Amino acid sequence: MEYLLHVLILICIYAVLTVSLDLLAGHMGILSVAHAAFYGLGAYTSALTAVYLGVPFLGGILVGMGIAALVSFVVSLPSIRLHDDYFIIATFGFQIILFSIFNNWIDLTRGPLGIPGIPEPVIFGWTIRSHRDFLILATIFAVFAHLIVGCIVRSPFGRVLRAIREDEVFAQALGKNTLRFKVTSFMVSAALAASAGSLYAHYITYIDPTSFTVMESILVISMVIIGGAGRLWGPLIGAAVLVTLPEILRFVGLPSSIAANIRQIFYGALLVIIMIVRPRGLVGRYGFGE
Amino acid sequence: METFRCDGLCKSFGGVRALADVSLQFPLSGITAVIGPNGAGKTTLLNVLTGFLRSDAGRCFLADREITHLSPHRIARLGVARTFQDLRLILQVSVLDNVLLARPYQRGENLIAALLRFGLADEEARNREEAMRLLRLFGLEDMANELAAELSYGQQKLLTLACGLATEARILLLDEPVAGVHPSIASRILDLLRQLPGNEKIVIFIEHDIATVRQIADLVVVMDEGRIIAQGPPHDVLERPEIMEVYLA
Repeated sequence: MEYLLHVLILICIYAVLTVSLDLLAGHMGILSVAHAAFYGLGAYTSALTAVYLGVPFLGGILVGMGIAALVSFVVSLPSIRLHDDYFIIATFGFQIILFSIFNNWIDLTRGPLGIPGIPEPVIFGWTIRSHRDFLILATIFAVFAHLIVGCIVRSPFGRVLRAIREDEVFAQALGKNTLRFKVTSFMVSAALAASAGSLYAHYITYIDPTSFTVMESILVISMVIIGGAGRLWGPLIGAAVLVTLPEILRFVGLPSSIAANIRQIFYGALLVIIMIVRPRGLVGRYGFGE
Repeated sequence: METFRCDGLCKSFGGVRALADVSLQFPLSGITAVIGPNGAGKTTLLNVLTGFLRSDAGRCFLADREITHLSPHRIARLGVARTFQDLRLILQVSVLDNVLLARPYQRGENLIAALLRFGLADEEARNREEAMRLLRLFGLEDMANELAAELSYGQQKLLTLACGLATEARILLLDEPVAGVHPSIASRILDLLRQLPGNEKIVIFIEHDIATVRQIADLVVVMDEGRIIAQGPPHDVLERPEIMEVYLA
């Protein structure tokens, strides 16, 4: 039962990551490979403020979200004017920089040793210890992220995002400041990713840089693509599929020496098959490259 | 009434001079046609006036305000809407959503308002009402919920005009609004354009078809090799043999 709850908690954490990335990738058509960097920024901010400053759980999350939003603002101003592949490369660069900071700023992050002893969350006197309680909290986070992104994409703001996705020049000709919409969405996406990082840090109680590599960004992108970009349920389904299937593979009885490699091959094969059979993902509205 | 003018605009692409010292004051009302052979610089002029291209030299003014180096969205917000020669629409959303997108000053385009949704329903209802009025005017109301991609080329041209009007801009710059459309739709577009000056709109359009220009233009500006070679009422300018020679060449 505990194991099942653990898988469900992971799905909720990844659901926050995927729905926030989909705001950029699916609804606005801008793919970022820096999502793990913002995820890590939230995790490290929460961990450091909780362990060294005794900041309570909600405070740490808000600080993490604030810092992620601020950093994304600074990063996006020069980079978001770039188009398509160039923007992806710029976010890749940022991802590498932030990972290097997590890994090499030993005095602050302890580098590869990571930060242990992150306290359990306490919210208004409710100490979250059990997996069951954590699942409730993680579900609240996932629903919150889902609602935020849902409100945005169903509003006139979301209409402009779709316009940017399809024809930015047309949106500008209609008087829309597309740069403002892009920067704002990037900040919201980063802040939500940071909230997932905070949750992860307090759940696992130990973080190190290996959880926030570019491979993690690619995993989240894979979830969005497989689930289907541009639909609110698509990223959630993608998160559920890519968290659950590897877990199922554990029961297939693969030798432990090759299990990890088989899993990677499986991811790759699944992505290729989905792109061929359902280029818009399982329930998606948009296909990448269309 | 606002004046819309440019002084000494120059623009080159490599060695090709697309605009060579173009100065022009558009009339305060009516319909102005910009004509000229291919490569005369008509679309370049439109792109510079609307901020989509930076001129190498020269200045543009709307009323007393210089708009030379403003971004396209800021010029649009000052009341200068445009359409494109290559049709630009949001094809994968509904016809109605395209017009709604064009509505100016929407509170729901602010993130906080979008999240709190306070007062958005009323605003959206008002915008829908106005968008449907425009779609009725353009004969597209039955297709309001269809994807814009499903409209015919001529209907898409009508929709771009509806979007231009939905912005509430006073000045409309149209790049070949009837090129390639069915004569019945072209005639509807021209009828609508004729009505616009009466609604305090200034229309500036690029056109190749001389008959169309004669039909609706109050003023004709003739361009060739990046220069303005003539301007005046159609019955005067279009009768000059030297103009027709350049044009037909």
